[in-house]
Amino acid sequence: MRLVLPLAVTFICGMIMVLQFFIPHRPFSSMGERLTDWYMIVASAAIFLGAINLIQVHTARIQHRLRNWQYSPVVIIGFFAMILAGLFWGVEDGRPFDYMFQTMIVPMGATMFSLLAFFVASAAFRAFRSSNWRATLLLLSAFVVMLGRVPIGDVLWRLVPGAAAGAHPNLVNEIAEWLMQVPNMAGQRAVMIGAGLGVVATSLRMIFGIERSYLGGAE
Amino acid sequence: MSGGRILEKLDKVDRRVIYVLMALSVIVPLALKLDFPIPVGSGPSMNLYDYIDNLPEGSTVIVSYDYDPSTKAELQPMAVALCRHLFSRHIRVIGMALWPQGVSLGQQAMSNVGDSLGAEQYTDWVNLGYTVGGAVSILRMGSSIQAVYPQDRDGVPYDSIPMLNGIRRLGDLQMAICLSAGDPGIHAWVMMAGDTYGLPIGGGCTAVSAPEFYTYLGTGQLLGLLGGLRGAADYETILRQRNPGAPRGLATPGMAAQSISHLVIMAFIVLGNVTFLLGRRARKGGLK
Amino acid sequence: MRVSLLAVLMLALPGGAQPPGTPAAPPGQTAAGPVGPTVASVVDLTAVDTPNDAGGSIDLAWGLSPDGVVPDSVEILRTAGDSTVSVAFVPAASGSYTDEGLRDGVSYAYSLVSWFSGSAVGAGPGATAAPSAQWINTGRIGMLVILVLLSSVILVYIERAKRGHKLYIREIAGLSAVDDAVGRATEMGRPVLYIPGIMDMDDIQTIASMVILGRVASKVAEYGANLLVPNTRSVVMSVAQEVVKESYLAAGRPDAFRKENINYLTDDQFGYAAGVDGIMVRQRPAAIFLLGTFYAESLILAETGKSVGAIQIAGTAMVSQLPFFIAACDYTLIGEELFAASAYLSREPKLLGSLKGQDSAKFVIMLLIVLGVAASTLGEAWHPAVKMADFLRFLTHVE
Repeated sequence: MRLVLPLAVTFICGMIMVLQFFIPHRPFSSMGERLTDWYMIVASAAIFLGAINLIQVHTARIQHRLRNWQYSPVVIIGFFAMILAGLFWGVEDGRPFDYMFQTMIVPMGATMFSLLAFFVASAAFRAFRSSNWRATLLLLSAFVVMLGRVPIGDVLWRLVPGAAAGAHPNLVNEIAEWLMQVPNMAGQRAVMIGAGLGVVATSLRMIFGIERSYLGGAE
Repeated sequence: MSGGRILEKLDKVDRRVIYVLMALSVIVPLALKLDFPIPVGSGPSMNLYDYIDNLPEGSTVIVSYDYDPSTKAELQPMAVALCRHLFSRHIRVIGMALWPQGVSLGQQAMSNVGDSLGAEQYTDWVNLGYTVGGAVSILRMGSSIQAVYPQDRDGVPYDSIPMLNGIRRLGDLQMAICLSAGDPGIHAWVMMAGDTYGLPIGGGCTAVSAPEFYTYLGTGQLLGLLGGLRGAADYETILRQRNPGAPRGLATPGMAAQSISHLVIMAFIVLGNVTFLLGRRARKGGLK
Repeated sequence: MRVSLLAVLMLALPGGAQPPGTPAAPPGQTAAGPVGPTVASVVDLTAVDTPNDAGGSIDLAWGLSPDGVVPDSVEILRTAGDSTVSVAFVPAASGSYTDEGLRDGVSYAYSLVSWFSGSAVGAGPGATAAPSAQWINTGRIGMLVILVLLSSVILVYIERAKRGHKLYIREIAGLSAVDDAVGRATEMGRPVLYIPGIMDMDDIQTIASMVILGRVASKVAEYGANLLVPNTRSVVMSVAQEVVKESYLAAGRPDAFRKENINYLTDDQFGYAAGVDGIMVRQRPAAIFLLGTFYAESLILAETGKSVGAIQIAGTAMVSQLPFFIAACDYTLIGEELFAASAYLSREPKLLGSLKGQDSAKFVIMLLIVLGVAASTLGEAWHPAVKMADFLRFLTHVE
């Protein structure tokens, strides 16, 4: 029973969503709409589950003095500070919640992402080596795209005599755009088809109960 | 010091040297306010601009702010430029977000630009807020936007919002624009709103994601795409070219910094390859 | 109620509007007042049942005569039985309107009245239709055919695998490095770090990653090393705990299983990246596995792992992140190699069959692409090519 019920729910809901896409007649269309409404309700509840889980995990870390438990009170204090600020003063512009969001969360998130600039540079220096003709071709394409995606590429091109007044004053940008629109698009299409088939296959396995790992290891 | 030792040192340069030079390559151009002209030819940015420019006045467009603070640097300039264009053309904007932190970022863009151009909340723009369902929410909005958003971000009932009078479903809109940093994002909008309900879709994304959306540009499933900071700078440039007096925006100053940092990365790649190739020659018994 | 609504509308509009349905003044003339400009009249009104819907809806379409100014608006009148009701006022130039909330099978008669400067200036032709619901969305038949075809292929292969048919999968290069990596960690006395991506259990890459985790956990248990698995989703953490526990049990080392090593950090993308970076820098794992769905945090994780001197094996189907892994990791499973690896390791029929089914489905799609390109290229030069192109367009078109 423990497995039968979730598998049955998955099968019924999956088949309704597939059928309602092809059968507009009642009751399929309205069933599809009801299911999407229920999905949004359940997904909202899942946010609470995630929050409760966070508190449970960090409370346990404090209780059992696990490794680096000192960071857990920081998590819990921050968590409740945001919740209480939002509950008591609202989330509109200028309120404490918005202030904490704009002054703490926004800069911290942007800072973490900006680390990528440094890591890209060090990875590029270490790994982009022209060890064979394929790697060389890749490198040259990367150079063209890197120059073409910023204005300095065409600024440098226009230093070439006759380039600025010629038929292609923005040649570097045009070549970069061609690389994106032709070879890149071809490869991306192939990847997208493969990924799409993977989604179809996994969805079929889930709907027909062949794949059960999403049930939390209960096989 | 022999040539071989120099090569070895250059090949194993401390990554902190790279980090410092990268930081300087971004900070110095911004501090010196360097400026490079941004050439904007026909391309995905221009296509998006032209489509919006040809929308009739009084149209209603939905803008989905599907990003968070980590990608604010690339996507917020796009959001501001798009809002400026839409409001100046008297096109009404429905803001929403599939990412929870996108709500505040979208609110910031719409209210700041709206205030500067005299666009009023609830008459010219509204922020419906965050919806948790991702692609499923978009699918549901195809039959009823009110079912997903019975009230806006501030708790105002859907029926009480003047600009939403007559807007019942996605089909009643003229366009959707998705500013996306990942999932859910442009893929969901193209699949659920574009392909299922025929709604024209425009997009903006981070530079790293832009290549994967060219497939949609090729088939016409996306009308136009702003890719990364360059896409935002393109849009700001076109806005200034066609609307003298429009402000410079947030992306245009960043182009100089990005240009210099790209050159620095390329210089490091060249250095790495030179040491690699010379080292390979040395190992084959060439240089000592 | 409907009649009084009409009366209110007539009173509300200035200019002494004519009641709808009464003989209208010719275009260009209002019911009272001075003669105005010539107003274009509504022509060619059609009313049809909205196709491919759940019923209760009629689509109206009309045009405007080329002479005269465009009316300010058009009033849509609907008559059912003896009662006539004003449905809506719409911009004349819009040319279409969908009337909803009707009863299936009931015949509705429509007529349009043009309005200009607050006066009704003329009634256009009428049209009649009855709404009905359709059982099949004819605009999606092509997709149904493709869906049935591809699904059948995949399910047939899964069934064949379940019945014991041998399905060949080529060896994946990164997998042979798994044992070496775990061995290295054991020798150095440093832990093995396994990062299963940042998405939830409904993601196919996370599912594939869990299978490979089982294999890695077996090796770790066998060699007596330490395994750390930080997670960004609580459901993934539960599944990971079960998988690792089973692996330790199967290896005969249940006592070595440490549940606290498989933990949950945070749902936040960069919070998770920061947490994992902290684990890498403090615990200095000798082997790092990055297998699953990754986004922008991929390079942060991979570069930090490189900086602590770990051997790194990565695998993802996220195309935008593959270049970062290839640059920073020692081995990378590219795209579907991740799924192939999980099928190869587990030998589970459902995974093997699914993978082979996907490969066959890809072959079908490649065939359709070649046919489509050939048909489009040959074009008008050969009539069957035009038919082929039309058929393929029908197959791939979705309304």
